[in-house]
Amino acid sequence: MNLKSLQIDDQGRLRHLLCISGLSRQLLTEILDTAESFSGVTEQSIKKVPLLRGKTITNLFFEASTRTRTTFELAAKRLSADVLNINVSTSSAVKGETLLDTLRNLEAMHVDMFVVRHADSGAAHFIASNVAPHISVINAGDGRHSHPTQALLDMFTIRRVKGGDFGRLRVAIVGDILHSRVARSQIHALNLLNTGEVRIVAPKTLIPSHAETLGTHVYHDLHAGIRDADVIIMLRLQRERMQGALLPSEHEYFELFGLTEERLAYASPDVTVMHPGPINRGVEMDSEVADGPRSVILEQVTHGIAVRMAVMSMAMHHGEEGSV
Amino acid sequence: MNTIDNIPAIIDDMAGQLDTLTGKRGYANPAMVGIHTGGVWIAKLLHAKLGISDPLGSLDIAFYRDDFTRIGMNPVVQPSQLPFSIDNRHIIVVDDVLHTGRTIRAAMNELFDYGRPASITLATLIERDGRELPIEAGVVGRHVKLEPREHIKLTGPAPLALEIKKTA
Repeated sequence: MNLKSLQIDDQGRLRHLLCISGLSRQLLTEILDTAESFSGVTEQSIKKVPLLRGKTITNLFFEASTRTRTTFELAAKRLSADVLNINVSTSSAVKGETLLDTLRNLEAMHVDMFVVRHADSGAAHFIASNVAPHISVINAGDGRHSHPTQALLDMFTIRRVKGGDFGRLRVAIVGDILHSRVARSQIHALNLLNTGEVRIVAPKTLIPSHAETLGTHVYHDLHAGIRDADVIIMLRLQRERMQGALLPSEHEYFELFGLTEERLAYASPDVTVMHPGPINRGVEMDSEVADGPRSVILEQVTHGIAVRMAVMSMAMHHGEEGSV
Repeated sequence: MNTIDNIPAIIDDMAGQLDTLTGKRGYANPAMVGIHTGGVWIAKLLHAKLGISDPLGSLDIAFYRDDFTRIGMNPVVQPSQLPFSIDNRHIIVVDDVLHTGRTIRAAMNELFDYGRPASITLATLIERDGRELPIEAGVVGRHVKLEPREHIKLTGPAPLALEIKKTA
């Protein structure tokens, strides 16, 4: 079974969300539009809609996360679902239970959706291939492979700030592309939306081989890479994933690739600066930039809730009429 | 197929009825909310005719439907917008067709998530048979009795037209 048939049902609707590739532009836009309508829920005095009342959503996190897990949890709660948080470092996996046994046990508790984060690429895909047919799986990040809800909230943020015409935008993704599932998902989403130009900017050691095949332009110099860019997406240096001497030092990285107010002058005058978080201040960017007027880093966090509400409500499995 | 003509005249009549009703009940300074999509078209006209001071609100009840677990998410038209506090206000909810009453049930649930109105009055262009809930309109443009499998639908916004169609 390929990814596309796994995450889209035979009526073209979202069944699981595992990665961006395999989504149509129409479906991606529909997710962003739905998120737009959910953003109004926070203006209600009761910040909840009853859509997923009686559904149980399990956050199954095999890897540490605060922002992603809490925004998934808030999104589920604003949809009136019940939420179960399972951190595997404190669970049966350390007692030797296999992943499939964990799944079977949760299924026996009549869970309706798994939100999965795992250090191994393909973990969410594996779970989606093995769960009972009434359960939906949302990938909250798997290894270096994919982090689709992050890419969707980034597209949502760009659309809010720059408007819907991605064709006129120059977007530069700067930093540790090699280890970044966020970058992979962003590149797929930007290409799906026909973005004018997608650039990746990083030292040679932090760029995957054959990066051009992703439909991007590759730069090893920050000034050239961000020249006239409308959007700059900074990535976190993933120290925990680095093996071997990929970088001389963080200090030297900042000297060459750190974003400062001075360097921002190379970009378009109304450039927007993004970062999926958590930021290493003084490594990827200066505090002046992170907290400055061009930064939309905190907006990204807010938008993450509405986007995750959209994905969860669209993927939630439906009764007899919906499943035929 | 059947049609109902002269919708502007029906809306004029509804405005008159609303004026009388709110006066009789002593609803000072009511606010108005239309239900997407057809209800908003009617509400815009009523809102202007009645000279209501607060801007018109709109509700998309997609997130409050009671059939979500059976049919899933409906494509969402527009986010709900209530550009005023509804606490202690007299609210006029406007829809195009009152049929089963489920849309109005959903709209009232959504309104109560924004606050506690003093009262809610329903104004509907068409009231047809087929109620499944104890919901009634305070103001009705036209009462319509339909044959089994007949449906009535408002198209618009310009021009507004009502069509009665029979499904096979």
